[in-house]
Amino acid sequence: MARKEINKSKVTWDYSPAMESSSHINLKKKYDLYIDGKWVKPSSGKYFDTINPANKEKLSEVAHANDKDVDKAVKAARKSYKGVWSKTTPAERSKYIYRIARLMQERAREFAVIETLDAGKVIRESRDVDVPLACNHFFYYAGWADKLEYAFPNRKVEPLGVAGQITPWNFPLLMAAWKIAPALAAGNTVVLKPAETTPLTALKLAEVIHDAGLPPGVVNILTGFGDTGAAIVDHDDVDKIAFTGSTGVGKIIQNAISGTDKKATLELGGKSANIILEDAPLDQAVEGIVNGIFFNQGHVCCAGSRLFVQESVAEKVIEKLKHRISSLVIGDPMDKNTDIGAINSKEQLDTIDKYIKIGLAEGATMYQPDCVLPKTGYFCKPTLFMDVAQSSRIVQEEIFGPVLTIQTFRTVDEAIQKANNTPFGLAAGIWTDKGSRIFNLASKLNAGVIWANTYNKFDPTSPFGGYKESGYGREGGLHGLSAYVKLK
Amino acid sequence: MSIKKGRGNLILPDFTQSSCVDKVGVEERVARFQSRSIKNEAKMQGLKMALNMIDLTTLEGKDTPGKVKQMCYKAQHLHDFHPNLPSVAAVCVYPTMVGVAAKAVQGSGVKVASVSTAFPSGQAPLDVKIRDTKFAVDEGADEIDMVISRGKFLSGEYNFVFDEIATIKEACGKSRLKVILETGELVTLDNVRRASDIAMYAGADFIKTSTGKIQPAATMQVTYTMLQAIRDFYTTTGIQIGMKPAGGISNSKLALHNLVMVKETLGDQWLTNEWFRFGASSLANDVLMQIIKAETGVYQSPDYFSKD
Repeated sequence: MARKEINKSKVTWDYSPAMESSSHINLKKKYDLYIDGKWVKPSSGKYFDTINPANKEKLSEVAHANDKDVDKAVKAARKSYKGVWSKTTPAERSKYIYRIARLMQERAREFAVIETLDAGKVIRESRDVDVPLACNHFFYYAGWADKLEYAFPNRKVEPLGVAGQITPWNFPLLMAAWKIAPALAAGNTVVLKPAETTPLTALKLAEVIHDAGLPPGVVNILTGFGDTGAAIVDHDDVDKIAFTGSTGVGKIIQNAISGTDKKATLELGGKSANIILEDAPLDQAVEGIVNGIFFNQGHVCCAGSRLFVQESVAEKVIEKLKHRISSLVIGDPMDKNTDIGAINSKEQLDTIDKYIKIGLAEGATMYQPDCVLPKTGYFCKPTLFMDVAQSSRIVQEEIFGPVLTIQTFRTVDEAIQKANNTPFGLAAGIWTDKGSRIFNLASKLNAGVIWANTYNKFDPTSPFGGYKESGYGREGGLHGLSAYVKLK
Repeated sequence: MSIKKGRGNLILPDFTQSSCVDKVGVEERVARFQSRSIKNEAKMQGLKMALNMIDLTTLEGKDTPGKVKQMCYKAQHLHDFHPNLPSVAAVCVYPTMVGVAAKAVQGSGVKVASVSTAFPSGQAPLDVKIRDTKFAVDEGADEIDMVISRGKFLSGEYNFVFDEIATIKEACGKSRLKVILETGELVTLDNVRRASDIAMYAGADFIKTSTGKIQPAATMQVTYTMLQAIRDFYTTTGIQIGMKPAGGISNSKLALHNLVMVKETLGDQWLTNEWFRFGASSLANDVLMQIIKAETGVYQSPDYFSKD
């Protein structure tokens, strides 16, 4: 049958910019350290700039805490732990945590905008994912605070004491919530250090905590670099270290606390497998692949960065994936229509670029969609690498950017073997229409979190954490609570 | 029956093996289309595009030649207070009204579409359906909107459904064929996907969600599933198929969400009324109202827009 040839587009329809306003946010020119319920100047007198990675403009200056400041903060935390917080009834603790959650909700828009400005992540994600989830973590753990005896039946539950917490730059506010909420619910006091490139929402959280009327010293927030984090880890009077970040730093921390009785949870890197079986709902699987690797520019420890597709559908899936990423909008993170925002820092962009070069040098076939990147700021195109091997560095090492490697497999056993053949073990995705296949794969994949027919779904009730070099301990759910208690 | 049925030069797939569809995933994707922010010029362009894609429809037992003529006039003169508005794409009527409509829109570029094959239930023998279709074509219908036999589809008689579509396609001659799946009766998205595949391979020029007589009609989930089927068919065969959601798209916002969905699923080349239509009767006035609002900054009373 003769058919009309495709008529090449007569129209183009582009979305006009739909910028989120930043007129309602309240950012100070300079932030001090939040210690013992007060804003205090750093003893070093030093401040550093925090910039918007989408345009390199300076947003604010924050204090650089040194070991003296850390000591002051830990002492304050210890004092309030002994004097106030451990004597506060569980129901009262619960009320404080609820109050934090409610205040965060009230200021959700401000948190979302600041998160986007400081981290480069798109406003759609900070508005719809980061901030609501962060609030939900406080709500969730507020509920447990006065029910600890039911959380751990027949056990006597005691807090650990002072928790030192170090958070990463990929989900700055959310990671702070993951750490502070269960610590407070269990009756601990906190010294938290946010990442140096994204300190602002943690400082705004300090304002919320202050406004919530939390007793001084229960939560202390110190900004700074690696030396600040090291001072927290090394401090004698810290009972527990909770760290989320790179495997490299995780190893340093583990070394530093060996021989002490400090407890630790480490949530480190990943190189998670996303496995597409031939009977999967392919169009939805493609959405899952996109969400798995391009969510938050791939700055996700559990990103589905290794794609495994069954060979009978590989060609189809790759074609669909290429088509799908051509409709992703890359640009200003403050535009509500942007799907992929800015890379968090120049340093990280350099790392990603380095891996892209390695991939090309390794002979892999690269695909990037035809799109124009903004001229200012740090941006990276969504990138696919085909024709890679298990032994390729881009398959083995965590890139922490919008870079996906694609491998095919013939049998399910082969997929399992390849998926598990990694030093990491954080997450995995399985896509199939068949429930029995899900259970089979899930029982054999060596990963802390396994999603079936979805990816990157988070909920405060669900524990999160990994195996092997992805760290140990769990955050979220009851497991997350148990990381902050002594059971007798 | 001829051996080469439907798009006879294509290798037919096994329709029982059509891609499966995950409803939860579809809902998530659809929510993303709905959160696109369409403003300023993009909004104005989208609204005018939507107007130009409407099949202005009246399908009632009480339709009269007078009513059809009035609708045809409106199709060409949506809101003459505004100088730069497009016409709609087509008027859609019952076969008996095709003659009236064809005369009324003659020379205007507005097409005449006719429902056929014992619309809306499709519960008639094939010879009746063929005659119904030929009558509409002879009266001057540019486009035929047929319904599939849902009962046969649901009982797994895919060959019957395929053959019926292929036969009606032959009866259409040069008129373009839109195949209505009546997705509200197909229940699952897997069925919607399979019916879409059957229709396209059998010769549909357009696939269409619903008659407008059954709820739910053109939900975004269903339309998205059909768009994916169109995309896969295009990838496999190189043949471009049109899409017509019908029923339930009554306001501009929904129309814009649909256009976003078409753009991101199929691409800009589908964004003309040759490849995308809205089957709707009340959508036009809401779009007009939004256009006037965008230009003047105030909403006018509905009484300022003609209702037929």
